[in-house]
Amino acid sequence: MTSTSEAPSRRASRPRTPAGKTGMWLDERFKAAGATRKYLNKVFPDHWSFMMGEIALYSFIILILTGTYLSFFFDASMGDIRYNGSYVPLQGVEMSRAYASTLNISFDVRGGLVIRQIHHWAALLFVAAMLIHMLRIFFTGAFRKPRELNWLIGLSLLVLGVLEGFVGYSLPDDLLSGTGFRIADAIILSIPVIGTWTAFMVFGGPFPGTLIIGRLYIVHVLLIPGILVALIAVHLAIMIRQKHTDFPGPGKSETTVVGHRFYPKFSAQATGFFFIVFGLLCALGGLAQINPIWLFGPYNPAQVSSGSQPDWYMGLLDGSTRLFPSWEIRLWGHTVPALFWPTVVLPTILIGLAAAYPFIEARLTKDRARHNLLQRPRDVPVRTALGAMACTFLAVLFISGGNDLIAKAFDISLNAMTWGGRIATLVLPPLAYVIVYRLCLGLQRHDREVLEHGVETGIIKRLPTGEFIEVHQPLGPVDEHGHGMLTYAAAAVPKRMNRLGRGRLAHVRGFFYPVKEKPEIAERLAALEDSEHAELESPEREAELTD
Amino acid sequence: MSSTGPDVPSEDELREMSTEQAMLTGAATDGVYAVHRRDRFPVPGTKAEKRSERGVAALFTIAALAGVAFIVVFVAAPWTWKPPGNSQIFRFYTPLLGTLLGIMLVGLGAGAILWAKWLMPEEEFVQERHDEPQPGEGADQVMTGATLVAGYRDTGLPRRSLLVRTLVLAGGALATVPLVALIGGLIKAPGKTLFHTLWSPQPAKYPNGIPVVYSSGRRVSPNDLQAGGLATVFPGVPGGVKDASSPTLLIRLRPGQGKDVEARNGQANWGWGDFVAYSKICTHAGCPASLYEQQTTRLLCPCHQSQFEVLRDAKPVFGPATRSLPKLKLDVEVVDGVQYFVAPQDYQEPIGPGFWERG
Repeated sequence: MTSTSEAPSRRASRPRTPAGKTGMWLDERFKAAGATRKYLNKVFPDHWSFMMGEIALYSFIILILTGTYLSFFFDASMGDIRYNGSYVPLQGVEMSRAYASTLNISFDVRGGLVIRQIHHWAALLFVAAMLIHMLRIFFTGAFRKPRELNWLIGLSLLVLGVLEGFVGYSLPDDLLSGTGFRIADAIILSIPVIGTWTAFMVFGGPFPGTLIIGRLYIVHVLLIPGILVALIAVHLAIMIRQKHTDFPGPGKSETTVVGHRFYPKFSAQATGFFFIVFGLLCALGGLAQINPIWLFGPYNPAQVSSGSQPDWYMGLLDGSTRLFPSWEIRLWGHTVPALFWPTVVLPTILIGLAAAYPFIEARLTKDRARHNLLQRPRDVPVRTALGAMACTFLAVLFISGGNDLIAKAFDISLNAMTWGGRIATLVLPPLAYVIVYRLCLGLQRHDREVLEHGVETGIIKRLPTGEFIEVHQPLGPVDEHGHGMLTYAAAAVPKRMNRLGRGRLAHVRGFFYPVKEKPEIAERLAALEDSEHAELESPEREAELTD
Repeated sequence: MSSTGPDVPSEDELREMSTEQAMLTGAATDGVYAVHRRDRFPVPGTKAEKRSERGVAALFTIAALAGVAFIVVFVAAPWTWKPPGNSQIFRFYTPLLGTLLGIMLVGLGAGAILWAKWLMPEEEFVQERHDEPQPGEGADQVMTGATLVAGYRDTGLPRRSLLVRTLVLAGGALATVPLVALIGGLIKAPGKTLFHTLWSPQPAKYPNGIPVVYSSGRRVSPNDLQAGGLATVFPGVPGGVKDASSPTLLIRLRPGQGKDVEARNGQANWGWGDFVAYSKICTHAGCPASLYEQQTTRLLCPCHQSQFEVLRDAKPVFGPATRSLPKLKLDVEVVDGVQYFVAPQDYQEPIGPGFWERG
């Protein structure tokens, strides 16, 4: 892409500024001026919902930074040690070195606790941001051709992220996570045919053995993060290659992206956003206690504390395990425990459905076109209602994961909570489907009504006949009956008077309300705007935009 | 829009242009066009502009000050844990560090975003996606396909089936060997491990049965427990207190309840007086089922709320558990005139969660 030129003139005009010289020095070696400019000029669209993936990416970076710090102090060993650190209540207690070194990070490393807590909060946010990002992709149809593979990569990232989080919070070898890992052992044991052998492979013998923390550690700091880094790189590379999707609206089209260029504006904002995410996680890590392992005590297979709760992303598996009935299959001298269905089969089905969804939808709708413009959820009622159904199902499981705490807080019978959850998993999702489907249709109709009749102005007029009517502001030209002639363009329809004319927010100043310019500046701006329009309409608009 | 950008001006032409023009020309070369571009402050030096600049600068200053404060607090503030009764000021250390880090980073981040929003020129650019079928794309596909196919033919694989077959074998070996090596190293035969616990009799060492001990190692005597009480007990053998499959609940029923205990065939006399002992490991997922309700004689596992009825052979009466808690046979030996519990035999079925070979 570099411009060709004659050698002599090139020589005559060597750059004189230090920056120019550096640039020339680099380009003479790498010939990257054209490619670099292409990326600097890459256009990113602007919508709040596109920032969920960013939050996930930034949390991951924060996880690597804080995790590296923690690895300097953590000792992933199950060897016994008698604690004699600063935390007096546990002094003299026998514990594993993993637990003792986590106590040391919390009490005997200056500032260690805040980093540990930032790391834990970042992990919670990482998974949450990925999930919300995925919901955004799902409900707006961003997974459609050509982005099906990136949907699959994203789904793998989510699953690996959950696994990484679970392995990570099991490392301190405290009572809470140890109990969680005992359940993990039971889950592996429950797999037909290979379960027992797999569990013995994982733990190097019967639970808990002396190896598992060391194995989990290398999985947590090398194996899964390595895969995550690789998949994130591919995920972003595909996103850059295919370019960002965008919502339909004025100026938007299937063949273009509208927004800010990467440099300088998007990069400044994205960097700023990274620091804000980092800063809020630091504040959380300082102010909100998370996983206070010194209160749980070291792991002991004979103990458990009531109200044990895993990290939030394990909640729905916990819930499914609590709700699933006690159906154990015993046939021909073999056992398939009840645990197998809610913890192995159910997640496999859920992940499988999510992975297959883009292909199922494309097949059923016979839609083979490329899509760069997103859909509003209301315009695809079936998909939106299916999504709502899935969310409701998962929400019931998630709530059931804490049904003992809810039962205690609201003084409800625990057994009633369990039965309520069992019934709700079956009844609520179809109900959610019906309700959301109707909601979508209602919203669609309302959009069309506003397009036809205009926005309610709140002005009541009395006609000569005595009839009262509300004056409606048409959104565009009207036909002889006074009906709007605009058709629905799959974009948001303004429904209040003060939303009119805000189709392109980029032109309007102010965070929450449009800023009113001072008269002399407004005049000047209007003049600029006019001249700009005149130029934009000229065929050679590229180079002449500014004077 | 066309697939190729406009003709690139010559280097000399570009040098004649202003920086802005050259930038826009470069963008156009890449298929990126400005539809809206305007300085935030077309009238330079207005109060509004200065205010915006000061606002951003103030945020950066706050970030810098918070950074300094962080270092001061990190170095100087008391931070080591002290038991209650001493100054508890160390409790503010972590919140203070987090808050100051937060202020520093949010200050920096908010400053950067407002800088972009308030001071950098307003802009809206349009970039061509170039992802609709392009002229020349079909040709590319044909040529690339032909290259791949021709290369494949050059290898001779389509004709040389012997080569293909042996290569598949070698590839299979390549894929299998590391797997076998890894799994072979990791594999541990379960054998009958899951069918035994440390309660297995050792007649040579413990002729009356394995001693029943507390986690401290002290032996359990029937007089230790009050009616309705319970204790977690362990086999009094080396490693018994830490073993994950041996924890056992020793329950002293209230007077008279002992007669009501249901038992499976042949297990009726496995208790001792009002005492019964069941495995503490839940038969559902292996958590210790440790919440005992005296009134209802139910044991509750706090992990998934399986409930076991102690008077009915610790049968699961609610929740996901399917099997009764295994019962441990109790006996008593007398040492120096004091009665102590012993377990004359191991559990007669595997304890804890189910598995394939359990039967």
